[in-house]
This record gives sequence, structure tokens and C-alpha cells, in this order.
Amino acid sequence: MKLTVAALVEPGSTRITKTGAWRTFVPVVDHKKCIKCSLCEIYCPESCIHQVDGLFVPDLDYCKGCSVCAHECPRKAIEMVLEEK
Amino acid sequence: MQNLFAPGHRACAGCAMPTTVKLILDAAGPNTVVASPTGCLEVVSTPYPESAWEVAWIHSLFENAAAVASGVEAALKRFGKKDTNVLVIGGDGSTFDIGMGCISGMFDRGHNVKYICYDNEAYMNTGVQRSSSTPYFTHTTTTPAGKVSFGNPRPKKDMPAIAVAHRVPYVATASVAYPVDLRRKVKRALAIPGPAYIQVNAPCITGWTFEAGNTIELSRLVVETCLWPLYEYVDGKLGEVKKIRSKKPVEEYLKAQGRYRHLFRKEGGAEIIKQIQAMADANAVKYGLLD
Repeated sequence: MKLTVAALVEPGSTRITKTGAWRTFVPVVDHKKCIKCSLCEIYCPESCIHQVDGLFVPDLDYCKGCSVCAHECPRKAIEMVLEEK
Repeated sequence: MQNLFAPGHRACAGCAMPTTVKLILDAAGPNTVVASPTGCLEVVSTPYPESAWEVAWIHSLFENAAAVASGVEAALKRFGKKDTNVLVIGGDGSTFDIGMGCISGMFDRGHNVKYICYDNEAYMNTGVQRSSSTPYFTHTTTTPAGKVSFGNPRPKKDMPAIAVAHRVPYVATASVAYPVDLRRKVKRALAIPGPAYIQVNAPCITGWTFEAGNTIELSRLVVETCLWPLYEYVDGKLGEVKKIRSKKPVEEYLKAQGRYRHLFRKEGGAEIIKQIQAMADANAVKYGLLD
């Protein structure tokens, strides 16, 4: 990574660290139940839920599995599932 | 919403602070300079050599973020850049204790700097030591609850009142669980010339000890129990107040957190809970939360 004097760094450069490795539970979205209120996107501490082709999808590269989205979903459309590899 | 706080930052899973920062930056927009004091936010957002910030950001010391922001604001003014927002986003340790002198100076000189405190009610970054923002009867590592103690023996410092006493034109409290309210307050602070102070309730999973998914729920409960009234002071006068439709008992908020566990296990705890309930009731009357 390129560094400049006075410890200046590039904006948004934490993206090189994939915090998804921290995760134990993974959010699974039931798109049929989703009413597109976007509360999951608003509350996600990782800013990793985005609308992709009209559907709210978590970016698993960064999702730490905190389950805030599942907890705040008014239609309970998000389920936290134990992730096994 | 525009995302100016990148993923990959190192905040604990379920931390309220990144959500708070994201909402503040969404309201302020990309033409913003942020100064941060030392704290969780500084540590998790800029693990060298990375940065989660998508706006200009500067960190100097624990105590001087308000002074640094004052300098930034003065320089922007000199160069005629009137449209750039200058914010300070810092935790309660640097706001209530360590940075107090510099904040007072910044308020006094009337800089056009908006100071936003994400308040998690202790020094979480260094291991949950008490700050002057820690509420009564809270267990922290420096005010441990035990045989002879119910935790913190001192009340929470009324920082918004201190800001109002400095004749700060816009002072408000907010909660991460009310994103529309928070964004509106940041926009309103930016629209009013001169300094502003906004204090945002931001639960900490490790310091308050609760399940990670409950972060937002807890920040909502503290408002619904009237322990954290949402209000704003404009030119020293109480402005808009968030009304509470059904006030919840404080037990609901306290029992969800490990830092209040002793109140439910120790003899005499019920009496302490009554005292906390009385504080919530007093808030409801003082700010007219229920009418």
C-alpha cells in the first residue's frame, strides 16, 4: 500500500481488510417477506447491506454477523444461520 | 443513503458507533472535514495504514479535537471556503472529561464547528473505566459493584446543559435508534451558524454487556424509559422534544445489560431501581415527554 508523508492514507482503504472472517452466524434474507423499508441498510454497523437489483443483500466480505439487521427487521425476513465451511 | 464510512473498520460486531458515524456523514455530505479525538472511533477507523473515512479526517491528541477543528474552521474561512462543514466526532471520555477545556474554548470563541459526541458512558477503548458520563449505579472496572458498592456513586454529568450555559445556539440529544431524528438534528446544527453540540446515545456491547443484535433495541429502550430524553435547545430555549407514547419501566432497560446485573442479584437492589425510576420520572416532567 502506498504511503505519503505525515501519515496520509487513502480514503476508504479499510476495504482491503475483509472483516467477514470474524463471522460465526450469517444473515440469510427471505426476499419474499422483505418490504424494502431499508432499515437493515440504515442500521448495519458495517455499511455492508446494499440494494442489488432491487433486493437487499449483505456483502459477506465484510459482514461480522452481529445480527443487528435480523433483530431490527420489522417483518423478520432475516434469519441468522450458523455458518459452516 | 450515501456511505462515507467504509466497511473493513475494526469496530466490534454490533457496535453502535459506526452506524452513528454513517448517519452523521449521510446528513453532512461529502464536503466535510472531521476531527476526532482519541477513542474507539479513532482506533477502529484508522488502523495504520488504512482509513475507513471517505471524507477529510484528522486526529491529533485526546484533549484537543475541538481546538484542531477550530483551526481547520479558521483556515477554511481565510481561504473563503464557506460551504465546507467542520465536525468533531468523539466519545464521551474525550468530551466529558479530557477535552472539556478545548471544547469550552471552541464554544466561547464561537467557531462554526459542530461537536458530536457518541456517548457510550465509559472509557470503552481502554477497558470500561468510569467517565463522568457514566450514570449512577453502573458497574465499570473502576467502580465495580460488590459487597459494599452498587457501582458508580456519582451522577452523569449534564454536558448538554454545560453547552447551553456557553450560549451555544444549537444543543441536542439523539439516539442511534432514531436515525431520522439524528439526521435531522445534524442538518439543523449545520444550518445554524456558530458552534453546536449533539450528544448521541450509542450502546457498547462489551462495556454494557449484552447480545450484539440488541444494540439498536437498547438505544430505543433508553429513550422509551425516559432515561435518555430526546430534546433540542435552540438559542437557550427548549425546542422540539420527542414525546413518549407508552413509557416503559426502567427494569426493562436495566435487566438487558450486564453492567446492571448487580441490581437484580444484590440485596437492596430493588431500592436502587426505584431511585433510577425516579430519575426517569423526573426527566419526563422536566422535558414534558409524556404530554
